[in-house]
Amino acid sequence: MSDAVERAASPTGAATEVLSAADVRRAITRIGHEIVERNRGLDEVVLVGIQTGGVWLAERLGAAIAGFEDGATVPVGTLDVSFYRDDIGLRPVVPSAPTALPALDGRVVVLVDDVLYTGRTIRAALDALNDHGRPRAVQLAVLVDRGHRELPIRPDFVGKNLPTSREETVTVDPDGVVIERRGGGR
Amino acid sequence: MRRHLRSIEELGVDGIRALLDLAGHMAEVNRRPIPKVPALRGKTVVSLFFEDSTRTRLSFETAAKRLSADVMTFSASSSSANKGESLRDTVETLDAMGIDAVVVRHKSSGVPWQIARWTDASIVNAGDGWHAHPTQALLDCFTIRDRLPRRSFDDLHVAIVGDVKHSRVARSDVAALRALGARVTLVGPPTLLPPSVEGWGVEVSHDLDAVVGARGSDAVDVAYVLRMQLERQEQALVPTLREYTSCFGLTPERAGRLPDHALVMHPGPMNRGVEIAPEVADSPRSVVTAQVANGVAVRMAVLYWLLGSGADLAKEAE
Repeated sequence: MSDAVERAASPTGAATEVLSAADVRRAITRIGHEIVERNRGLDEVVLVGIQTGGVWLAERLGAAIAGFEDGATVPVGTLDVSFYRDDIGLRPVVPSAPTALPALDGRVVVLVDDVLYTGRTIRAALDALNDHGRPRAVQLAVLVDRGHRELPIRPDFVGKNLPTSREETVTVDPDGVVIERRGGGR
Repeated sequence: MRRHLRSIEELGVDGIRALLDLAGHMAEVNRRPIPKVPALRGKTVVSLFFEDSTRTRLSFETAAKRLSADVMTFSASSSSANKGESLRDTVETLDAMGIDAVVVRHKSSGVPWQIARWTDASIVNAGDGWHAHPTQALLDCFTIRDRLPRRSFDDLHVAIVGDVKHSRVARSDVAALRALGARVTLVGPPTLLPPSVEGWGVEVSHDLDAVVGARGSDAVDVAYVLRMQLERQEQALVPTLREYTSCFGLTPERAGRLPDHALVMHPGPMNRGVEIAPEVADSPRSVVTAQVANGVAVRMAVLYWLLGSGADLAKEAE
């Protein structure tokens, strides 16, 4: 049900809003429904937001699900993957907020992140989860899939597929999704 | 760009704060069922200890292992230093084996700066002479911040009691606490305090009873007790140990007169009954075991900062 978005080419440095705040809200609601549908309910489902971009999203998803599933509360955790990244030493990697997870053994963990790009963050998240327990299954929910995968990782739930170029940056927050072309190109 | 942790002064206040924050993350890692992360996989950390120390060395080695680094141990007593190998040759030999960090403890001040000339590895000072012991100061500040969360450092009064003159722990603690804005009072007999504390930014008292009993703006929040170095007794710096204990020991009676929230700290190892009474060491106000646990988290933060993060911590804090 996700669709590619056509964009006019944007001049250097200009930002284009590709999703409005309302679009983000609707996408979250739809993803929430898909998670419940795919897992045939919420039994043993846990949402885990990846620091930092996935944390607010996981909380919103939890709230949206509670909204249409008669107030059912899904446990929501946060996961900092800094120490599992493959670019430590190549660039500054400083953790943000500490990891806080509910019990994971035997449960279905839905990893939540704002943007899926190369897939390396998700690889790090899978390694991190492995050190915290043994989930029955791990699924992946992202608001934006911008392509350019460098690892065999695929999402289960997607808000929007946004084909982008590597010259562009994608910024996601509750007020919308913005694509910006980096000045000067690389 | 190679970085070192050799003294608190070299680190700076932004570095102190950033390392304390990073140590919080490491403390969370240590609470996990599997307290290990792959962050420093493939890095080699050498502990180069020319002075006896089991606790500090084990703390550093544990820290390295929790970050998945490899560890080499060089302890002076069982080494070629006994065969007369010079410090320089020792360091150059280790460097030739390919090392990323050296954690060094030596009885001579300045060794961490000296050996930087003979190796490209990052240097961590685990204690040089009477001069500095920066990771101890960091874990002490981390413990204070953790146990007195509602106090900021610039609202804190710390009393450091005992043999400050011969203490690298005291010097680094003073540097760190002052950089963070805390008020520090040194307490001890004149023979055990430095000849001059000019430029230290501290107050001095020879009356422990007055210090522990103070209230209001002079109230003490932390009583930091230093080890009475028994091996110095033949220098007759105090008449007898009993007299030291009666004047400057943290007895149950004195500990009882501290403000209710005040912490009792000690860098270890303790001489129970000399500088600190056993009941005080084991009392709820004593956070000595927390200091040890926090030592691993703080040293993990230091090693990660030096070998992993690639971050310029002072800039990150801006």
